[in-house]
Amino acid sequence: MPGLEDLYREIILDHYRSPRNKGELPSPPAVKAEGFNPLCGDEIIVYLIVSSGGVVEDIKISGQGCSISQSSASMMSSSVKGKATSEARDLVKTFKRLMSIHEHEIAATGDSASGIATTSASAAYIHDDEADEEAVDLSKLGDLAALQGVVKFPVRIKCATLSWNTLLQALDEAEAST
Amino acid sequence: MEMSEKRINPDDFRRDFPILSVKENGKRLVYLDSAASSQHPVKVLAAMESYYETSHANVHRGVYKLAEDATAMFESARVAAGRFIGAPDPAREIIFTKNATESLNLVSHSWGRKNLSAGDVIVLTEMEHHANLVPWLMLAEEKGLELRYIPVDSEWELDLTNLDALLEGAKLVCVTLASNVLGTLNPVSLIADAAHAKGALVVADGAQFVPHLPCDVTEIGCDFLAYTGHKMLGPTGIGVLWAKASILEAMPPFLGGGEMILDVRVDGFTPNEIPWKFEAGTPPIAEAIGLAAAIEYLQDIGMDRIREHEMKLTRYALGELEGQFGEKITVYGPPDPTKRSGAISFSVQGVHPHDISQVLDEDGVCIRAGHHCAKPLMRKLQTAATARASLYLYNDQDDIDALVGALDKTLKLFSF
Ligand SMILES: Cc1ncc(COP(=O)(O)O)c(C=O)c1O
Repeated sequence: MPGLEDLYREIILDHYRSPRNKGELPSPPAVKAEGFNPLCGDEIIVYLIVSSGGVVEDIKISGQGCSISQSSASMMSSSVKGKATSEARDLVKTFKRLMSIHEHEIAATGDSASGIATTSASAAYIHDDEADEEAVDLSKLGDLAALQGVVKFPVRIKCATLSWNTLLQALDEAEAST
Repeated sequence: MEMSEKRINPDDFRRDFPILSVKENGKRLVYLDSAASSQHPVKVLAAMESYYETSHANVHRGVYKLAEDATAMFESARVAAGRFIGAPDPAREIIFTKNATESLNLVSHSWGRKNLSAGDVIVLTEMEHHANLVPWLMLAEEKGLELRYIPVDSEWELDLTNLDALLEGAKLVCVTLASNVLGTLNPVSLIADAAHAKGALVVADGAQFVPHLPCDVTEIGCDFLAYTGHKMLGPTGIGVLWAKASILEAMPPFLGGGEMILDVRVDGFTPNEIPWKFEAGTPPIAEAIGLAAAIEYLQDIGMDRIREHEMKLTRYALGELEGQFGEKITVYGPPDPTKRSGAISFSVQGVHPHDISQVLDEDGVCIRAGHHCAKPLMRKLQTAATARASLYLYNDQDDIDALVGALDKTLKLFSF
């Protein structure tokens, strides 16, 4: 059984306690995207300003959620700020590969009455899938690599990916409007 | 009676539940999530297994002995499910569904579609579970109905000050007997009197009440009551809807298919008698039999005694939580155990409920974290989620102590 220390790494708790880039940006000019996790009611709002040159000029995060969703959002914001949108998209891909899941698996945990318990069957499913993926270069991820322990807690994967999916939405919107 | 007197110790109940004696990492399972779904005593498991081993056939169809046996068992489960809630005519007034949610949807689809039209008013409460809310929102959208809400006050109870005004022109009132979040027990009989005086019918959601307290539909005075098997030691896949026979008779069928008809022609059909009119297709037979075994188990102990045990344990739990964590914890729900069930929602300063539940799991303590399918209430509480520990007959003070110990650990891990 995976231990809590795999999940609650000090760096994660640090981002949770002192989230980076927390706040709001006036919209417009910022685009605003909202993401929800129906399982636990987590909510992430991403405010994004993309320059005409395609660079993430500013990003702010608001909303509320658990330590995993909040710290992941905080790390996400620091890692994409100042990057080209194409780099930001690459990072989303890399991060989601680290979480070693595909969209349809994220969708599998819905608004159920069954609590947050998960089965070892779903864990095995995710691990099987992992074998098909190329290895993730953790050194590229910096602090974000600390989140890899989340994979051992399948119900929490959705918490970790929430802000990233919301970022994608914001990027799509920003790029559609330029 | 003598037998039930002996069985006052929850340790004795625990022994009846195989899952509670399984140890994970040498730790006993501390199951505090019965409001989401309860565990099963051997009696229920054995009843279902024995049915499959000796008596399975489709019901209401075969003329052979086996099919007759299965039908008799299924129909006697119906009567048990009715007697358990004091149904005046249990053989005709109990409809088996797959859960409480389906029971409530049956009311909205059948009774609601027929009897409500644009501008009609339904009165709900701010503490409804989505199961007693979304079906009415759907119907309101379809028909252009007006929905009004009885508010929740600062004592976590329904504020009935403006009840008469809210009920003005109402055709239906939908209210939960016990809140799955706050634990609040609502004065449904009082509301039903007021509703009837205005000509409205009353739908009571008993999902969190029927498993824990003595229940009598005549005393409550509701017109419909829904409950669900898996929260009362029974299997999943079985729910109950009770309604007065006269109301059921006037309602159109719900789903169409086999079972629910007397005759079918190429140009039409004649619906079956109640209750079968509302049971299309092969029903959950083994699940109904499992539910009947659960009811028998609960009745052998006595609902009064179960209530008493849960009240004592709730008092202990509330005292321990406040005593150990004081300002750091917020309990959402009435402090008086006589006014509430054993579903205890709380939040802890600086720690998200999801994280609480995760850390508790390390110690084998299972609690629920989330919005508990009551998002409007969560908005009212100004939170996205709470943690909830919920009690049942098999829980004891050791479980509460384990909860408190694990919460202490959580606070230390997240201390700022
Ligand atoms: C108050 C209340 N009503 C209805 C339900 C729905 O029960 P089921 O999911 O079995 O349909 C629940 C279950 O969570 C509940 O707590």
